[in-house]
Amino acid sequence: MSLIDSFPKVGNKVRKLTVPRADGLIPWLVPLAIILIWQAASIAGLVSPRVLPAPSDVARAGWKLLWSGELGRNIWVSFWRASIGFLIGGGIGFAFGLANGLSQLSAKLTDTTLQMIRNVPHLALIPLVILWFGIDESAKLFLVALGVFFPVYLNTLHGIRTVDTQLIEMGRVYGMTDGELFRRVIFPGALPSIFVGLRFALGIMWLTLIVAETIAASSGLGYMAMQAREFMQIDVVVLSILIYALLGKVADSASRVLERLTLSWHPAFSKQ
Amino acid sequence: MQQALRIPVSGAEAIDGTDLIGHAEAFRNARKPSLTAPPAKSETRGLPLVIRDLRKAFGDNEVLRGIDLEIPAGQFVAIVGQSGCGKSTLLRLIAGLDKPTSGTISFGETAARPEDIRVMFQEPRLLPWARVLGNVEVGLGRERKAAGAHERARQALEEVGLAEKRDQWPAVLSGGQKQRVALARALVSGPRLLAFDEPLGALDALTRIAMQRLLERVWADQTFTAILVTHDVAEAVALADRVLVIEDGRIAEDISVDLPRPRQRGSAELAALEGSILGQLLGPGTAG
Repeated sequence: MSLIDSFPKVGNKVRKLTVPRADGLIPWLVPLAIILIWQAASIAGLVSPRVLPAPSDVARAGWKLLWSGELGRNIWVSFWRASIGFLIGGGIGFAFGLANGLSQLSAKLTDTTLQMIRNVPHLALIPLVILWFGIDESAKLFLVALGVFFPVYLNTLHGIRTVDTQLIEMGRVYGMTDGELFRRVIFPGALPSIFVGLRFALGIMWLTLIVAETIAASSGLGYMAMQAREFMQIDVVVLSILIYALLGKVADSASRVLERLTLSWHPAFSKQ
Repeated sequence: MQQALRIPVSGAEAIDGTDLIGHAEAFRNARKPSLTAPPAKSETRGLPLVIRDLRKAFGDNEVLRGIDLEIPAGQFVAIVGQSGCGKSTLLRLIAGLDKPTSGTISFGETAARPEDIRVMFQEPRLLPWARVLGNVEVGLGRERKAAGAHERARQALEEVGLAEKRDQWPAVLSGGQKQRVALARALVSGPRLLAFDEPLGALDALTRIAMQRLLERVWADQTFTAILVTHDVAEAVALADRVLVIEDGRIAEDISVDLPRPRQRGSAELAALEGSILGQLLGPGTAG
């Protein structure tokens, strides 16, 4: 009962927040309205709880899982896998992008191979990966890293190749060494494109991870959803889906903040 | 002290035709109190330039076909010619951006440091991700990390009248202001030879005139050797001590402009000179 009592308090909280930062909350009006309509439809009996449980039921399931520690543990496991896989795949993709963008030899040597691998849908490798790694952590990390690699690689490469050659000539005329030229001209010039790759990669990161966890895992958000399906806990399934949406939003916001910090010179980002 | 040295600069916006040369002299004299007259040629910091039988070919296409040229230190030389005559190629060779096919370019008896020769391009070529002051500091080359780099960059910005824009991004500046930042970047290392590759070509007519006055002022003030490539014959005769006409990769005409400065825009002498050079460029038959 105390759980139900806590709901109006959430409502109060929202109202309190609108006072100082009304502008920042406008994007949340639509999701909030959807949840309210959904709740109303559930209470009115328009939607069967077997098809779609009411938001309050989902929240109650979430509270229960949170309280038992299961939710926190699963989110943490998924988050850990996502970040490690992202760092590995993104790091390698970034390194190849730099190498192939800066060196003709490196590009000749590896670009064709990478383009061929790129055209294999990485999720199609799941059966092979399970055979190689079992349902171990390394299987998920491998898939996430592979998925994240290509957007980072392609956009880093593109960014470096399209840096204004006039600026590079200017840098040379003014006596910049290769290192300075990279640090002061090439890398900042490639940064907007690298960020595009980063945001693509974040989307692919979640997608890959959830698919991998749904098919082969013994922990994580995807696993939690699959377990719930086995026991017909539809509220937990819906809860997992909502958490994916929130985590995706968090990742996107993080990359936007990073963009705004590093690209403040760019007219497209400074008009905030 | 700083305030006393400040000179009103007719910038890209204000083109009221104030006598900038006079201001420049006042500015210079304020800095070096012993000087009362404009410096004699011996006092110039400029680099002399000697070019012997310079040739440049791109594949089968010979762009420069033997240029012989001597420019005394501190002279303001304009190079005019039709598109594709090789004038920009000549400038790129002088600036060291390209290597000649044959022939020599030498800068007097002393070896020139890289910081002694600077180029100003047609485009501003500012780093969009560096603030205005940072962009000017790029011009210091190897001395960028030395003490006082900031101060030198700030002074160069003041010289072009943009001191208050030091913390702006280049994206918010107007076209003329960007070119002035590029000029400050070229000036900050105290170059002894400054090569201009149509730096005013992309500016509107009014901004152009303001920039021409600014160029003349900093040249008079800093006494470097100036080489200006331009399409605009009026600009060449208004600014230069000497106008070279290039045709088919050779120097076709070498005209000295002995008119006193500041020159009156639209005066009869300038117009006559401009007419005769245009006649040469457009070929016989069309000449007036």
